[in-house]
Amino acid sequence: MSILVDKKTRLVVQGITGGEGTFHTRQMMEYGTKVVAGVTPGKGGTYYEGNEKDKLPHPVKVYDTVKDAVKKERANASVIFVPAAFAADAIMESADAGVKLIVAITEGIPTSDMISVYEYVSKKRARLIGPNCPGVITPGEAKIGIMPGFIHKPGSVGVVSRSGTLTYEAVAQLTARGIGQSTCVGIGGDPIIGTQFIDVIKLFNADRKTNAIVMIGEIGGTAEEEAAAFIKKSVNKPVVGFIAGRTAPPGRRMGHAGAIISGGKGTAEEKIRVMSEAGITIAESPAVIGSTMEKLLHKKVKAKKSRKKIRKPAGRIKKNVSKI
Amino acid sequence: MKIHEYQGKEILKKYDVAVPVGDVAFTIDEAVKAAEKIGGSVLVVKAQIHAGGRGKGGGVKLARSYEEVRECAGEILGMRLVTHQTGPEGRIVRRLLVEQGINIARELYVGITLDRKRARNVLMASTEGGMEIEKVAAETPEKILKEEVDPAVGLQQFQARSLCTRLDLKGDALKNGVKFLTALYKAYIASDASLAEINPLVITQEGHVVALDAKINFDDNALFRHPEYEDLRDVDEEDPMEVEASASNLNYIKLDGNVGCMVNGAGLAMATMDMIKLAGGMPANFLDVGGGASAQTVEAGFKIILKEENIKAILINIFGGIVRCDRVAAGVVEAAKNVDVQVPIIVRLAGTNAEQAAVILQDSGLKFLVAKDLKDAGEKVRKTVISDR
Repeated sequence: MSILVDKKTRLVVQGITGGEGTFHTRQMMEYGTKVVAGVTPGKGGTYYEGNEKDKLPHPVKVYDTVKDAVKKERANASVIFVPAAFAADAIMESADAGVKLIVAITEGIPTSDMISVYEYVSKKRARLIGPNCPGVITPGEAKIGIMPGFIHKPGSVGVVSRSGTLTYEAVAQLTARGIGQSTCVGIGGDPIIGTQFIDVIKLFNADRKTNAIVMIGEIGGTAEEEAAAFIKKSVNKPVVGFIAGRTAPPGRRMGHAGAIISGGKGTAEEKIRVMSEAGITIAESPAVIGSTMEKLLHKKVKAKKSRKKIRKPAGRIKKNVSKI
Repeated sequence: MKIHEYQGKEILKKYDVAVPVGDVAFTIDEAVKAAEKIGGSVLVVKAQIHAGGRGKGGGVKLARSYEEVRECAGEILGMRLVTHQTGPEGRIVRRLLVEQGINIARELYVGITLDRKRARNVLMASTEGGMEIEKVAAETPEKILKEEVDPAVGLQQFQARSLCTRLDLKGDALKNGVKFLTALYKAYIASDASLAEINPLVITQEGHVVALDAKINFDDNALFRHPEYEDLRDVDEEDPMEVEASASNLNYIKLDGNVGCMVNGAGLAMATMDMIKLAGGMPANFLDVGGGASAQTVEAGFKIILKEENIKAILINIFGGIVRCDRVAAGVVEAAKNVDVQVPIIVRLAGTNAEQAAVILQDSGLKFLVAKDLKDAGEKVRKTVISDR
């Protein structure tokens, strides 16, 4: 098991014939993702083989509409590489066609568009991941998005993050320690995103294959605090947290549209305080996300063992707040 | 994107939001001319900078004659205005807004912005006009009244009426208040704003409802729909280095530290800044060079970072996922050759072809400090910062 995506997922790529779309479709197919169709209005009925730079492993049938792709190819997930000005329409088209998992990679979608999209997608009971996100990967099975596949390793740690490269950093640290991942979800750096920390953590909590969770947040908004409240109440799996932006000045947008401390709200300190109180183990530096999880898992194993042999002391397991 | 008060009021006027009669002035003579055009016995001269708290800092003055307008304009134009939002260095005032005086009966607050948690716009109001809304929210949250806007239908009249009655508006003031809020919402939506804040919103003795101040911010993601906003940009209000960086398409924010950094990805860039601090340094900047990190962007990044005087080291942290690290390394070497870098450059490249990248850096003949991972990069920052003390 895993969450959201597996080898059976049937993917339609919206914007498949664009430069980004072609490059990442090839990467996804080579990773093992079942790409069953592409959508580019006006090119319906053709087979797309890629461009000079990127040849697809096999031609993909192109449709004019997502509805056709769903009807003819039974697509049940979509990924969006459509430019920002047209992305809102593309997301809603997918939701209308009955696609249940929509991953929007596009960066720079206007907030007013996203307000309508959020409303529409909720009404259609579809799940939107992103926008402005790297996507979702279940290592060894399939990836929907732009993350580098090779840094991942199948396993049982779920990763959820608002960031792109910082997530890769955390995943690479886990993999280097032999710790595999069940599923990694990049939820996106915009102020309005379809799926929040709390939604993904609920899925990880219910997933039998996920034994531990890494949660990577950043300044801005209160999504981390809401997830922390849920974790405190309902999650027994170990959780490692990291928050980026302790040195970010207030009132400035730090690259991501959603990464801004406004009116003294959304600071890293506040998030870290609330997360610690919820029992989340905080990695103090981005360099120790992997090692913090390693220690936590080690502690869990020892705790299990010591429960069996009651007399045996658990050993040196206390320190889990790491320093550089 | 931020704009000046007078620009915000021009936009509001377009959508029939009531604002005082006024005009912008860049010189003392223009200020007097504007005053003569406006007329009346009381005029207000207001400093135009992209920061709040101008009144307390001495940037807003009342004048009872054109001669007094001349005096006030002379005092404010060119002054270094320090407010709680400008930092101790303050801002030089280069523009003025001259307005008619208003017969104030009550001062209220209204604002429209995005409620991120609900993914909807929210109209907020409070009887505590003139006070900072964040302070009101923290100290007396019950005094903040809210109406959430359903995106399917937009702001409804009854919602505006409800807010106005809760603000205790009666008779003409109630009617004018509803008209004001409806027009303000229209302006907010049509201009793709991320914030429309009227603080204070004034109820006059005659029952008119007028925006005494206006703060409009635009959604940066929607700027492509509004090419006309380019004319509203005031580069004097931006950091000169940030202006230069934006010309090279770099996502850069100037800070005051001693370690410059260049990173791909916003989240990793923030995390790298935090790591610099944990290592005993302070980040001199935020710089996201994007996915590509080509020789040109790295070179432009070097040039910007090196303008900062207190730099003791530069940390390049690239996670090459789909970008190949050997290409990034070649770009870094080329850029370092083109720019005279006198401080240690710590380079950490991870991901695809990271080993080849390390060899390219070592063999370049340039003195890079190659870090094997993020932890090692932090150690190298620590050593560099300490040895410099």
